[in-house]
Amino acid sequence: MSDQRPLLEVTDLVKHYAVRGGVLRRRVGTVHAVDGVSFSVAKGETLGLVGESGCGKSTVARAVLRLVEPSSGAIKLNGTDITGLSKAEMRPHRRSMQIVFQDPFASLNPRMTAGDIVGEPLAVHGLATGRAQQERVAELFAQVGLRPDQMKNYPHQFSGGQRQRICIARALSLGPSLIVCDEPVSALDVSIQAQVINLLIDLQRKNDFSYLFIAHDLAVVAHISHRVAVMYLGRIVEIADKSELFANPRHPYTQALLASVPVADPKAKRLAPMVDGDVPSPINPPSGCAFHTRCRYVMDRCKVERPALVEAGERHQVACWLNDGTGRPE
Amino acid sequence: MGTSRVTTINFESELRRAGAHSTHGWRRLAFLAQRYLLGTIGLVIMVMFVWMAISADLIARYDPLSVDSAQRLAPPSAAHWMGTDSFGRDVWSRIIHGARISLAVGIGATALGSSIGVIVGLVSGYLSGWVDLLFQRITDILQALPLLVLALVMTAALGPSLPNVIIAIAIPLIPTVARVIRANTLALREQPFVEAAKSIGMSETRIALRHVLPNTLAPLIVLATAQLGSTILTEASLSFLGLGIPEPYPSWGRMLSESAAEYVRTAPWLVIFPGVAISLAVFGTNLFGDALRDILDPRQRG
Repeated sequence: MSDQRPLLEVTDLVKHYAVRGGVLRRRVGTVHAVDGVSFSVAKGETLGLVGESGCGKSTVARAVLRLVEPSSGAIKLNGTDITGLSKAEMRPHRRSMQIVFQDPFASLNPRMTAGDIVGEPLAVHGLATGRAQQERVAELFAQVGLRPDQMKNYPHQFSGGQRQRICIARALSLGPSLIVCDEPVSALDVSIQAQVINLLIDLQRKNDFSYLFIAHDLAVVAHISHRVAVMYLGRIVEIADKSELFANPRHPYTQALLASVPVADPKAKRLAPMVDGDVPSPINPPSGCAFHTRCRYVMDRCKVERPALVEAGERHQVACWLNDGTGRPE
Repeated sequence: MGTSRVTTINFESELRRAGAHSTHGWRRLAFLAQRYLLGTIGLVIMVMFVWMAISADLIARYDPLSVDSAQRLAPPSAAHWMGTDSFGRDVWSRIIHGARISLAVGIGATALGSSIGVIVGLVSGYLSGWVDLLFQRITDILQALPLLVLALVMTAALGPSLPNVIIAIAIPLIPTVARVIRANTLALREQPFVEAAKSIGMSETRIALRHVLPNTLAPLIVLATAQLGSTILTEASLSFLGLGIPEPYPSWGRMLSESAAEYVRTAPWLVIFPGVAISLAVFGTNLFGDALRDILDPRQRG
């Protein structure tokens, strides 16, 4: 990881959804799905994005790919701000970033053969047709560990893990520099998860692209990521290099997340649960620090003022008022 | 995201769920025929009518239009299996030729109505916004009127002829098809494979045609078959009311109307045989349609 210009730079990304009600479809509320998120991904780097369900992880992923329009903020890909681009202007940039979804059953068109699914991006971008396309698809199949003779098969003839490999091959077909993985293994069996994660790591070594890797499973994130960002209710509360974050979590929410990771040792003593209750509604997020309703170290200031992400160590940022805004060292 | 995966129908796996384990074509067909016996009967009836329509000139023993005043209102006999009408025309031959009209109108109207319905539903569901709103309200207005009344008004306005009858029956079909396709399109639009297509940079037209449309075909086939019976019935009703296919071409509906009032007591074969033909054709398509729905779209199973 060099200190060059980052591949992806997201600044103050906001996505609000209007809640409409009544006969006149008036705006009666706002869902703060993503509420001012900033991060960057360097070339060849994997940034893990973790958080509970509904914290806005997937919305960030879709906004980065312009599958949802951000309400405000900037998304720079290779230095170009892609937020204001029209569909036509966006097309060349689409080649640089691709996505792998969570549900390998719903992310493949059931009426197309696996070979057509992987080859379609090539045809759409005019990169290869006919024989050349077939050969390229066969190559991609081999890269993700599928047999080229499986190109004729339809998605339902594959297992979940194989389908996810097809999705990865499709994402690879355009030679992207960024692949957004939206919980790519959470729908798979544990034994298959490891295979797919290792495939992703291998592919990154060979091709040097970056991942924005979204997951709620910390063990998976720990395995694949170089850096990890923790999201809570539409905001990033902590971001640091993987080893630093796992050794030295400073935000109470991160600490709670880490404490909740199951340990494969029946004799291990479980820590007392550090967070109770549910995530508050993003329609009316709590004032100040969004986590104050569940934080055991809550202070008066937390309920009023929203903490900003500040440096709390080397390449370690945290948004917490504890210890003068550097979070709570364990 | 928690999108459902139930919107796409997988023909192969549905077949397997229905119990067809054999992948061999003929054996699987035999299995399905056994399992959906009523549907098979329906299919046989439909095939019979199609065969009748195609080879009408070969099967019919008389010219359906030739008048024979010596044989007026002859009861069923060896020479005239279903008797003759008031002009001495052979009823059996007229019923065989009537199958042509019924099938032409039924298939023509269903095909026309479905094609337009697919376009409307796809555009409406895919573009959403004000286009959708406009299409939906027009659909509501059309659906508020009964199929027959609408078709009556249409033929009255267009004038009776074969193409006009087809158009008149097709138009009321559009809303039903459009609704189903729109609902499917709305669900499919949210599927990750459509999002993936977007992230690849495909044009909306390509996504709609290659990724959304093929996945709405199974419910469309089911719906079209179900509509086939009602279009045949509507044509018969229109002809009965004197607004269908013009004279002298034989239409089952008009054969009924010509004879119902005057001859129902003196020459009941004039009423019974066209009536049976209509009922049998509608019965056959409905049986087949039901079985097809059970096979292709088990979620609609009643």
